[in-house]
Amino acid sequence: MENVNAANVGNIRPEPKVNYLTNGFTAKSWLLTKDHKRIAILYLLTVSVFFALGGIYASLIRLELLTPASDLLESGTYNRVFTQHGVLMVFFFLIPSIPAILGNFLIPIMIGAKDLAFPKINLLSWYLFMAGGGLTLYALMLGGVDTGWTFYTPYSTTFSNSYVMLVGMGIFINGFSSILTGLNFIVTIHTMRAPGMTWFRLPLFVWAHYATSLVMLLGTPVIAITILLMALERLAHVGIFDPAIGGDPILFQHLFWFYSHPAVYIMVLPGMGVISELISNFSRKKIFGYEFIAFSSIAIAVFGFLVWGHHLFVSGQSIYAGLVFSFLSMVVAIPSAIKVFNWTATLYKGHISYDTPMLYGLFYIGLFLIGGLTGLFLGAMGLDVHLTDTYFVVAHFHYVMVGGSVLAYLGGLHYWWSKITGKLYSEFWSKISAMLVFVGFNLTFFPQFILGYMGMPRRYASYPEEFQVLNIFSTAGASILAIGLVMPLVYFTYSIFFGEKAPANPWLLPGLEWRTSSPPPTENFEETPIVTWEAYDFTEESGLDLEDARNKYKVTV
Amino acid sequence: MQQNSSWVPLFPEQASTFAWQVDGLYFYLLAVSAFFTVGIAAAIFFFAVKYREKEKYATGAEIHGSIALETLWSIIPFIISITIFLGGAIVFYNQYRPPADAMEIYVVGKQWMWKLQHETGQREINELHIPVGRNVKLTMTTEDVIHDFAIPAFRTKIDVVPGRYTTIWFNATKPGKYRLQCMEYCGLNHSGMNGWVYVMEQRDFDNWLSGNVSGQTPVEAGRDLFENKLGCASCHAGGANQRGAVLEGLFGNQVKLTNGQTVIADEEYIRNSILNPSSQVVEGYQPIMPTFKGQITEEQLIQLVAYVKSLSGSNNGSSSTPTGGTTTNSGNGNMMRTGEANSNNPVAPQANRGGTNSQGSNPNAPKNQPEPTNRQR
Repeated sequence: MENVNAANVGNIRPEPKVNYLTNGFTAKSWLLTKDHKRIAILYLLTVSVFFALGGIYASLIRLELLTPASDLLESGTYNRVFTQHGVLMVFFFLIPSIPAILGNFLIPIMIGAKDLAFPKINLLSWYLFMAGGGLTLYALMLGGVDTGWTFYTPYSTTFSNSYVMLVGMGIFINGFSSILTGLNFIVTIHTMRAPGMTWFRLPLFVWAHYATSLVMLLGTPVIAITILLMALERLAHVGIFDPAIGGDPILFQHLFWFYSHPAVYIMVLPGMGVISELISNFSRKKIFGYEFIAFSSIAIAVFGFLVWGHHLFVSGQSIYAGLVFSFLSMVVAIPSAIKVFNWTATLYKGHISYDTPMLYGLFYIGLFLIGGLTGLFLGAMGLDVHLTDTYFVVAHFHYVMVGGSVLAYLGGLHYWWSKITGKLYSEFWSKISAMLVFVGFNLTFFPQFILGYMGMPRRYASYPEEFQVLNIFSTAGASILAIGLVMPLVYFTYSIFFGEKAPANPWLLPGLEWRTSSPPPTENFEETPIVTWEAYDFTEESGLDLEDARNKYKVTV
Repeated sequence: MQQNSSWVPLFPEQASTFAWQVDGLYFYLLAVSAFFTVGIAAAIFFFAVKYREKEKYATGAEIHGSIALETLWSIIPFIISITIFLGGAIVFYNQYRPPADAMEIYVVGKQWMWKLQHETGQREINELHIPVGRNVKLTMTTEDVIHDFAIPAFRTKIDVVPGRYTTIWFNATKPGKYRLQCMEYCGLNHSGMNGWVYVMEQRDFDNWLSGNVSGQTPVEAGRDLFENKLGCASCHAGGANQRGAVLEGLFGNQVKLTNGQTVIADEEYIRNSILNPSSQVVEGYQPIMPTFKGQITEEQLIQLVAYVKSLSGSNNGSSSTPTGGTTTNSGNGNMMRTGEANSNNPVAPQANRGGTNSQGSNPNAPKNQPEPTNRQR
């Protein structure tokens, strides 16, 4: 956003007197708000706290693994640290991050609506998130949980002496927050589109959230049931999972992954939506293969429900079941590949600018590609036998979750920051931060692929000495990554107080969110927009006065 | 594994017959990944430089998509992914189909140690000694939570699950010392639940066996339980008018159940019949057998299974059924109690087995010799 003169060309109409941020300053006006944008801010603040806590646990893990011996943390503590890192990051950061913050803020604006379909339910889902998160934090303060975020039985139901059920209840309650958000999005996208906003004019960010919402709605009840069954066994000793009292431990793994594999797509699909926005808009060109990207999101959501058994290749699952799951896992890779090819093709003959969000967009493609391809290693049964439960798996899902989802989240946050806050952040520092994140991330996780193939098991507090050198690389990378992630906290906060005021449309983009002021008024638009242009339309038909903007730009330069 | 090289190791040692297959698949996937990663990265770099913004607020080319390209880049990855699927399935099949002539070792995992027992009775904790070039099959279960028995140099692992048996097999290709690790998180000391596999030349292995004088073999111990300790023989032996199902010749054959099902009498079936007798009753018998659940340890179960297997005259059973072991042993109450680390206290009658063995050991024994020992003859 270095072009100051964008302020001249980007303001479509005069600023409204009151925007959603200035519409009330009391605590009550925030805590009882029904405005989807304010609820998004509530999510932003609280999810960031969980992200920071999860990050602190990550740092402790990397520090412990600097040396082979279990010296900084003894193994009981280490087990709690990696469990809590996983629980916080998965359930309280990755799952809510993009949908509940960016999706909440943007979906109504992108489709030209005043709010979500059920504003009160939207607020309720934030309170459920807070209740679930609060309960989990309380459990962590009491002493935490040591089962791994996967809660495998019978360890979790019979043997663990930690606060399993308290954390389980936290996740249970938080699940309802997810369900309600998904429900809200689906109804909103179906019923509240502005006149002219047809399904195939929707931004791909909205399509991705539609697919995500389907998974949230259909998958999350299964984890809720699973947690209840765990509670029955742990508290009432009903034999469900523990073979000593007549249960089946593999049943738990089926139920757990029936939710938790689709949950991977809850974390990944919204990020793909963000990337589609970034790549198309910063190439100033209609996205390549719009329908294919839109339907590949739906395909991922559907096939994502059919591959859970690839987590169970070595668990003693029937070999025939394994074959089916392995085959379907290969099939689910195709829609992801289609997206990557279409994003790359979108760049062809575009006008690509390298603002910070686009840096994240391009980094994302590279990292997600590696994350996706290494998924094929794990989907091939014979190879999975050697790789599963090693650091290869750890590296793989961090490439997907951090290299994918977190980069998309950061890219999206930078992209819409001016819209959300009405302020511009430092382009210089944000670029430095993006590069540090990219370099630090690769240095942290690439060595772990090699460690995994060498046979270093995951969830080990101590490890054989021959693995130390690569672990030192990994810890060094994590320090760089940590610096890269702390920086936005500083320059974003700075921008709120001292940042330059943002124009309504700093890059002159066609999306509806750029056709209202920054920050938007409480009702999003002063009058309901009528959509006459296609998604990512950079021609004169978009209704943007591009010619005028170009001339003004030439004059000011 | 213990190379003192100054290099940072980047690739694990290959020490089993199917390790090269796993590595072959790995390199195939590395090549596929490199191809796509380099291709996409090169395209992005090229486009990013060539089409960088030169004019502010310009409009990119009007290209909306291409059905031909979409088809192409759906079908090519699909074909490649099918080759990966097939490769993975074939290697997996080789990893989990034990040859019939494999020597058997029984493994019980518990928080946080591995307890192993050879067919000949030798017991080990967190160590496994095996001869090079022989098919070895491990039959495993656990006393508590799920563990996972992994030997990276052999490229194999499997979860060890309470309440059921899982098996892996391998054939080690070179003598050496390889890591054995628990790879399924199992609680406090998970990272301490590991040890070593020692692959030895046949001659060294025979010496090791003779030096490790052991208690009863699993079959002997199983017979002891069957005849004396648990009283199974009162119903399952005795000939024509015995009340329980006939066990001789049972193992490995099909069994017709009272509910009409037909099942194969494998390890899992025998285990289940001891723990939940009424769930799978053999046709023609009454469901009168009491459950032994809670009265029998995992190791005793494995011994009973080994004994029942030996009754089918399979090659495992015949040779290792001893002639005089049981009577003397029944006296010293040498049951393998769970948690007792040093349970291989020397037992008198077996002591002289070592003696005959040291003379009778045959360094030139054929590698695929089906019988583990010839020293008992």
